[in-house]
Amino acid sequence: MAYLSLSNVSKVFGTTTAVEDFNLEVEKGEFVSFLGPSGCGKTTTLRMIGGFEMPTTGVITLDTEDITYQSPNQRNVGMVFQSYALFPNMTIGQNISFGLQARKTPEKEIKKKVDEMLGLVHLEKHIHKYPYQLSGGQQQRIALARALAINPRVLLLDEPLSALDAKIRVELRLEIRRIQQTMGITTIYVTHDQEEALMLSDRVVVMSQGRMEQIGTPAEIYNYPSTEFVAQFVGQLNILPVTQVNKKDGTCVLAGQQVKFDQSFERSISETPRLAIRPEEIQIGIGEGRNTLKGRVETVMFLGAVVRLRVDLGGVMLSADLFNERNITLPRAGDEVVISFPEHSCWLI
Amino acid sequence: MKRRSIWSWLWIVIGMLYFILPLYSTFDFSLRAKKGVLSFLAYQRVFEDPNFWSTIKFSLVIAIFTIIVSILLVVPTAYWIRLRLPKLRVLVEFISMLPFVVPAIVLVFGLIRVFSGAPFFLTNTYFGTYVLLVAGYVVLALPFVFRSVDTGLAAIDVQSLTEAAQSLGANWPTIIFKVIFPNLRVAIMSSAFLTLATVIGEYTIASFLVGIKSFGPYMSLIGQNKTYESSSLAIISFMITWAFMGMIQLFNRGKADTSALAGAR
Repeated sequence: MAYLSLSNVSKVFGTTTAVEDFNLEVEKGEFVSFLGPSGCGKTTTLRMIGGFEMPTTGVITLDTEDITYQSPNQRNVGMVFQSYALFPNMTIGQNISFGLQARKTPEKEIKKKVDEMLGLVHLEKHIHKYPYQLSGGQQQRIALARALAINPRVLLLDEPLSALDAKIRVELRLEIRRIQQTMGITTIYVTHDQEEALMLSDRVVVMSQGRMEQIGTPAEIYNYPSTEFVAQFVGQLNILPVTQVNKKDGTCVLAGQQVKFDQSFERSISETPRLAIRPEEIQIGIGEGRNTLKGRVETVMFLGAVVRLRVDLGGVMLSADLFNERNITLPRAGDEVVISFPEHSCWLI
Repeated sequence: MKRRSIWSWLWIVIGMLYFILPLYSTFDFSLRAKKGVLSFLAYQRVFEDPNFWSTIKFSLVIAIFTIIVSILLVVPTAYWIRLRLPKLRVLVEFISMLPFVVPAIVLVFGLIRVFSGAPFFLTNTYFGTYVLLVAGYVVLALPFVFRSVDTGLAAIDVQSLTEAAQSLGANWPTIIFKVIFPNLRVAIMSSAFLTLATVIGEYTIASFLVGIKSFGPYMSLIGQNKTYESSSLAIISFMITWAFMGMIQLFNRGKADTSALAGAR
């Protein structure tokens, strides 16, 4: 049996179903992210694991114990909030020791644990400071140390980096992963940032409208999206209208030009199939054994590491991402170009 | 720009005169107890009156009990409303404002009528009457206390702090007394001061329940019988209020920084 298990869990608020028939099994020490847009039910699911919301139906078990209706203070589950939620009236040391004092841990052990946790987040010098005297990134590291100090069975993080600026966010997510791996703690992470989810997680749960769309490793989610929603939400995707679909041969016609598509794994295909292809799979120029199409460059956008072209295939617009190099030769708007992409990189949705 | 500045100062001066002139006049009058010279004779007489000390002590004790009961009643209520019953906030806010609308005379008659007969009989004993007096003052102080505490709660992220404490294993008493109360210190002190100021000078409820045992009715009695002493009493009452205000400011300033808001900004 899995360490953390959610079986047929749902949550209804009045007439709104926030989470519907959610099933998940998490192994001990695993890092799982809930990824999805606002209102998809990811935070509600996390809050049900934390005990802050009670499921309308379903069962949640942790380490073989049924915790579905247990109060949050009995679950031994650590939580890190987007707003940090450090106690403003307490020093950093007092914040970290709060949970241990609630458990009536001996004073000597508390002191040792506080020092250990401050060392873990590299903030030893700030033990006597108050939260408002620290930066946002430091406050969130203290919040993490406070949650970890109680040796929680599961660590829950609710968009912990959303309130931080981009540079600190990148630094801190590396730190979260390092600490999680050092401690081997089972972690559930809620985010709407796909980069964060893909970088941090062992597995990603993509959610939409209260339902689980797909669960898999970051590579599976990105390379083999099982639904149109996942394909569109994770990464960039061209979705192009096609005609004369021949599923037997694996061919279709895109803007009057024949294209071969991937049929190697099963995906749900809508009644009016369209061709999906990620922009980074497309190259300028002919490639042997690749689908080759003619078009005209509409725009060239320099994005730093990537240069994005908008190519008109004759009424159908397509984005192509080229990796930037110092000596790259870019086409200009209005140029006629040939683009190519491998058969396995495009599929019907 | 200059013209606007002159007008601003003019209004400030008019405002200050409006407050200071009556106070100055009262003070000046209180010094004229001895004919032809300015003296503190009226103040000396007041301080030598044992009734002054007994009434002010009585009112202070009643005020302290009122503050304790008000805070114990209002803080958990306002906290719970913010946390779990936000839709009820408007209703409770309306109820807390009722003492502004219902005159004190109506309140005290209501209290006497309900609590002087079966099954309570509170007015039959001194202790019962004091309980009734504190209860009346709790109602009277409700608008100040609720407003102040509610504003204090609005300034902190009640839900996240509560959930953080819960996830760390804290029970409700720990959350309320170690997390919520300390973060409402300034709000609680403000409401305590306002309650104190209200109770010290309150006349209507006190005169019907305990008579001149209380400072308000005592001041009124002096005002009817002793001209200069009544003015000196008014000044003393102001001084007491200001002294409390100063003490609270001093207390808050010492620790204000520690309760500064942390969190995502």
